[in-house]
Amino acid sequence: MSANATEGTHDGEWLDERETRWRLDRTWSQGRGWLAALSTVDHKQVAKRYFVTAFVFFFLAGVLALLMRLQLSRAENALIGPDLYNQLFTMHGSTMMFLFAVPIMEGLAVYFVPLMCGTRAIAFPRLNAFSYWVYLFGGIMLWVAFALNIGPDAGWFAYTPLSGPEYSPGKRVDFWAQMITFTELSGLAVAIEIVATIFKQRAPGMALNRMPLFLWSMLVMAFMILFAMPSVMLASTFLIMDRLVGTHFFNAAEGGDALLWQHLFWFFGHPEVYIIFIPALGIVSAVVSAFTRRPIFGYPFMVLALIAIGFLGFGLWVHHMFTTGLPRLGSSFYTAASMVIAIPSGIQIYCWIATMWQGKPRFATPLLFVVGFILVFVIGGLTGVMLASVPMDLQLHDTYFVVAHFHYVLIGGAVFPLLAGTYFWYPKVTGRMLSERLGKWNFWTLFIGFNIAFFPMHYLGLAGMPRRVYTYGQGLGWDSLNLVSTVGAVLVAISILILIVNLVRSRKHGEMAGANPWDAPTLEWATPSPPPTYNFRHIPLVASADPLWQHREQLPVMRGLSVDKRELVLTTVLDAKPDVREPVAKPSIWPFISAIAVGAMFIASIFTPWAVIFGSIPAAIAITVWFWPKGAPPPDEEESEP
Amino acid sequence: MKSPRDNEPLPPQFMGTLAFLPPHAHGNRSLTWWGMMGLVAIESTAFVLAIAAYFYLATHSAEWPPDQLVPSVAAGNVFSVISVLSLIPNLWLKRVAEAEKLKQVQIGLIVMSVVGLALMPVRYFEFASMHVSWADSAYGSIVITILALHTVHLVTDLYDTLVLTALMFTKHAKGRRFVDVAENALYWNFVVVAWFPIYAVLYLAPRFL
Repeated sequence: MSANATEGTHDGEWLDERETRWRLDRTWSQGRGWLAALSTVDHKQVAKRYFVTAFVFFFLAGVLALLMRLQLSRAENALIGPDLYNQLFTMHGSTMMFLFAVPIMEGLAVYFVPLMCGTRAIAFPRLNAFSYWVYLFGGIMLWVAFALNIGPDAGWFAYTPLSGPEYSPGKRVDFWAQMITFTELSGLAVAIEIVATIFKQRAPGMALNRMPLFLWSMLVMAFMILFAMPSVMLASTFLIMDRLVGTHFFNAAEGGDALLWQHLFWFFGHPEVYIIFIPALGIVSAVVSAFTRRPIFGYPFMVLALIAIGFLGFGLWVHHMFTTGLPRLGSSFYTAASMVIAIPSGIQIYCWIATMWQGKPRFATPLLFVVGFILVFVIGGLTGVMLASVPMDLQLHDTYFVVAHFHYVLIGGAVFPLLAGTYFWYPKVTGRMLSERLGKWNFWTLFIGFNIAFFPMHYLGLAGMPRRVYTYGQGLGWDSLNLVSTVGAVLVAISILILIVNLVRSRKHGEMAGANPWDAPTLEWATPSPPPTYNFRHIPLVASADPLWQHREQLPVMRGLSVDKRELVLTTVLDAKPDVREPVAKPSIWPFISAIAVGAMFIASIFTPWAVIFGSIPAAIAITVWFWPKGAPPPDEEESEP
Repeated sequence: MKSPRDNEPLPPQFMGTLAFLPPHAHGNRSLTWWGMMGLVAIESTAFVLAIAAYFYLATHSAEWPPDQLVPSVAAGNVFSVISVLSLIPNLWLKRVAEAEKLKQVQIGLIVMSVVGLALMPVRYFEFASMHVSWADSAYGSIVITILALHTVHLVTDLYDTLVLTALMFTKHAKGRRFVDVAENALYWNFVVVAWFPIYAVLYLAPRFL
């Protein structure tokens, strides 16, 4: 190929920046109109849909929580009956876990992993679009069922035999089980994309030991998804088969075993907690580093701690089952494992404190949420160590103490960091800052409201109040603390309303952010806010863990990717040496159509098992069309000699 | 705040070129390989957990299998022999795909399609030789489910192979399509390797438990 042709089609000093931008905009355009909206494969567009959808589910599940709190605000309240109440707590838990917490973390990864890697697109962009549609359809299916009074009512972990055909006739639990299939399929797809993007698409020079901790946390999360989610898919498949075609996996009368459900569910369910928590650790590291203007103290220990949590997370599931009569020796093992995981978690917290200690922290809203996270999460961690001990667990199992514990862990460990991340990255996503004033209100109302709502539950649990009761008798001494808790829940709701106002208002009226408003060190800040569809005009060349602190005047970049074709660079796994120029898929409607075909198959299979056979035909056709190369075959690829 | 609210990124300082990198590569240099490994990790986990469920149910049952109805091995043995032998053309196909030799790839794909089609009736007889229905007992449920789980992989790979065979006879048969063929061959290796523990569980375990 002649030098001229190279100069004409590749980025470099021969093209002025405006020309480069114009050409890349044209090449990477996702098009306009509704068809383009359904066909987009831009990871940022898809991720924004994840954010909005997950936030809507968060809001809906929060409304259910408020209804439950209203019902429990006084003894023998007749606001909500037992049947609806069962649906409320099942929908609340299932929605929060499967439709909010995991998808929002995945959405965060989908948006920021490619940007932090310094690459132009996510790996498998069409699969990414598909994953979103599948998630959306699963969520809508569950909520439509709930609106039609066929919402699941057997708890978010759907224990057999309660969830089995004998004790839960009708379709309620089937909708729950299929929602699992939808969301786990979507989650597994995203996990593959994240692993491939982080391993193969990091900017040249970003060796593993220069990777931001956020990327490490997303990598560990993705691996945990790969090995944990198949378990719940298998379990929910067994369950739906027991219910629909008469298998006997959980039917003791025919040789099945109800505890098999608990093993399979918690082999997923415990890692699930860390699938939510580990990305939060990554957010916290990013925020702490940016707001103290220092690299995180003890980077190698932080990485090892993340990986250790990832492994240990798989060795804890039985601590959810201490009251099922398992052999005592086994319980001791899981007690020990549950306590051991406090060590890497502690390492993380001490390293952040050390980082803040050394630096001059700026207490903007993101860092406030981080401090809130540390306080709340440590309390949740302490009650976790208490529950890990079998004698205490036998007393406290299925009481409000457990409810208090896991809300401290999940809201403290995931929602606080997520809000820190929201205030931190909103400027990158929208180009505008969130209001700091509303942010401070948002933080303090949440922090105070949360503690008022959940701290009393520790005592209620110790006083014997069980979970999942729709009401309680007078004279048990639970009334006043329940009322206090409800007041706290209302304050949390106000806090969320403040957040919504802030998110909506700032979209139009927020201060302009600029490319790097926080003076943060990682690559997502090396491109305009919001980033163009191709993310980076030129591929950055990385020589340290904090490239934007190292380079203040000019950013070292690589030239030579096409500006007229969608291309990105693959690099080697360990050292990120440039290796391959990889073409990137164009927008396509077929992931959407495939998701409809797959979704129709899943939903129809609730009503007839034949749907699995006949439904797979349109799904296979749609997916084949998706993969089949379109248009003219590639001209003989320029296999240039090095 | 140090930087003014400037939305223009830092000016570039060009350090080197990516223009001469190849447009595709095989094995773990390709994204396809990593996607395939992701699938293999997910599906291996599913197999391992299904086998764990088998032994969990076995150790919690008084009689396994119920009424001493052990499966007949003939169909399973035929399946095992064919699938092991199929590794020979499959590994060859992977090699010629990586060498991007179109004629040989076409031949290899046809051979592998025939192998996949030939295995279908054998698999049908395997279901029959379990001598149990999924609705009979927990034993029947797990045995049929494990066999079905493997069959899903079998059908998926056969379908992929047929599509790729068709594709490699069109004008699109060049460049990265060879990567697809090589990675599909890799997937078949996985389907065969996964069969060994499943064979042991389905056919041997009932005789020894």
